[in-house]
Amino acid sequence: MAKVIEGLYYSESHEFVRVEGNCCYIGITDYAQNALGNVVYVDLPDEDEEITAGEEFGAVESVKAASDLNSPISGTVIEVNNALENNPELINKDAFENWIIKVEMSDKSELENLMDAKTYEEFCIK
Amino acid sequence: MTFKFFPHTNEEEFSMLDKVGAKYREDLFADIPESIKFKNDYDLPWSMSEIEIRQFFDKLGKKNKQLKVFAGAGVYDHYTPAIIPSLIERSEFLTSYTPYQAEISQGTLHYIFEYQSMMAELTDMDVSNASIYDGTTATAEAVLMAVAAGKRCNKVLVSSTIDPKILKVVNTYAHFHGVNIEMIDAKDGVTDKEDLKNKISTGSVAGVVIQQPNYYGIVEDYSGYADTCHENKALLIMNSVAADLAVLKSPGQWGADIAVGDCQSLGIPMNFGGPYAGYMCCTEKLTRKMPGRIVGMTKDNRGQRAFVLTLQAREQHIRRQKATSNICSNESLMTLSATIYMSLLGKIGLYEAAELSYGGAHYLYEGLLRTGHFTKIFDAPFFNEFCVKYDGDVDELQQMFIKNGIMGGFKIDETTLMFAVTEKRTKDEIDMLINLVKEGVR
Repeated sequence: MAKVIEGLYYSESHEFVRVEGNCCYIGITDYAQNALGNVVYVDLPDEDEEITAGEEFGAVESVKAASDLNSPISGTVIEVNNALENNPELINKDAFENWIIKVEMSDKSELENLMDAKTYEEFCIK
Repeated sequence: MTFKFFPHTNEEEFSMLDKVGAKYREDLFADIPESIKFKNDYDLPWSMSEIEIRQFFDKLGKKNKQLKVFAGAGVYDHYTPAIIPSLIERSEFLTSYTPYQAEISQGTLHYIFEYQSMMAELTDMDVSNASIYDGTTATAEAVLMAVAAGKRCNKVLVSSTIDPKILKVVNTYAHFHGVNIEMIDAKDGVTDKEDLKNKISTGSVAGVVIQQPNYYGIVEDYSGYADTCHENKALLIMNSVAADLAVLKSPGQWGADIAVGDCQSLGIPMNFGGPYAGYMCCTEKLTRKMPGRIVGMTKDNRGQRAFVLTLQAREQHIRRQKATSNICSNESLMTLSATIYMSLLGKIGLYEAAELSYGGAHYLYEGLLRTGHFTKIFDAPFFNEFCVKYDGDVDELQQMFIKNGIMGGFKIDETTLMFAVTEKRTKDEIDMLINLVKEGVR
C-alpha cells in the first residue's frame, strides 16, 4: 500500500503540495513513484518560471514510462531540487521528502480544489 | 492485374476486403475525393526483357560524362577508399534491419557507437546521435531542439551567410512548427555581429544558426558568439562540413551548443545528391532533447561489454505528442561508410586530406587571380572553397570547362563563380583549369 501523508494536498494526477506560508513544495506522491517504477530522469523547470494550475511544468521518466508533471497550483518557481538532476532515483527512495519544485503561490484558494490525504487515499484505491 | 510474385491470390484479397467490410479494392480509397483521383491509363512504355533493360540503361549510362570536379557548395568530391564499398556492401550491413534487438545486432550497434565517439571527438562536443538523414535536416532538427529547450521562446536567428539550400529546409520545418525564423544580416560575406546583438536583445530568441565555413567558403571569426547567445539564453547552432573540422577550430571550441552538418565529405561519393548522412552533436545538458537514437555501451548479464540503443523513448514509444521530433532512426549505411573512412584515415589522415584540399584551393585561387580574368570579392580567409568574380560570361566559361572535362565552379550569380578543391585534384588538373581561363572562351 502506497504511503499517504496527512496535512498535504493532493492532485488527481498524483502530485502532492506541502504548504509553508505563501510557498509550497511540489512533488509526486509515493503512489506515483511506485506506479512509474525506477525513475531515470526528471525534466525540471527553471527558477523564476511562471506555472499555472493544471498545466505541465516538467516530466518524470522511468524505465517503463514517462509522465508529465502537472502543476496543482499557480505561481512562480522559486527553487528547483537540483539534486534530482544527477540522482533522479531519490524520488523512489522517498517521494514526499524529495520534492521537485518550490513555488510561491499566486492564489492560495486554488488549494481548495485539491484533495486531502483521506480523499486521495480513496482516489488511489479506485 | 496479378503477378506470380505478388503473394496474395484474388480469392485471398476478396476475403480480406470482406473482413473489413469493403467490396472492391477501390473502396479502401473512398476517403480520397474523386476530383483528385487519377483515372486515366498510366502512360508507361511496354515492358522490356532483361537484355533490353540492360541495353537501355547501358545507352543511357554512356551519356554520362566523368568531369573533374571543381565545385562544391555543400557536396565535395573526396576520395572513397576501395575498402569502403566492399565492406558496406556485405549483406550483414547492407540488408540488416534496424538494431532494436540488441542481442542479434551487436555489429551494427558497435559501429554506430564508434561513429558517435569519433564525431564527438571531431566536433569537440559531449554527445553525438547515431546520425540523421542529412546535414540540412540535421540543422532544421537543431532549430526545433533549440525551441524545445528554450521553452516559451519560438524565434530562431539564422545568419544570411548560410547555404540557401539549408535555409529552405529550415524554413519548411519552421513553418509547420510555428517557429519564427529571422535572418541576421551579412557584411562583406560574413555575419554581422552587431546585427546579431541587436536582434537577440529583443528577446524570445531560442537559438542562433551559423555556418562554418559559411556558404561562400569563408572561415568566419565567431569569437564571442557563444557568449552573446548564452547571455540571452539562446543556443548556438553551428553547421560545418564534417571533414573540414579536421583542421578548423571545432564547434565545441567555439562554444556551440549543437553541432550539425553533413558527413558526405567523409568519403561518401557525391551519389547524384544522396544518400548522405547528417551528424548531430550537442552538450550533455541537451542530450534528452536530441532527436534520433543514441547507442550506449553497457554490460550484459554476464558482465560482457555490450551495446544497446538508449534515450530514444520519447520520440518513439511514449509521450509522442510531446516529442521535439519524429525522427527515430538513423542513416545507418552511410554512417558506416563515414565510420570506416574515419578509421582508415585516422586523425593524421583526415588532417592531411584537409591540408591537401586547402593547399589546392589556395593554389587555384592565386592562379585564377593571376590570369587577370578573375578578381577577388571578399578579403577573408577560406578553407577549400572560394568565390571570385569573372570578367566575361560565366555560363560560356562553364560550358567551355565542361567541353574540356572540367566541372568548373558553382555559379553564384551572373558574374560570380565559387570553386572548390579536394585532395583528389592534382596540380596538373588545377594548372589545366588555370590555362583554360588564360586561353579564354573560344
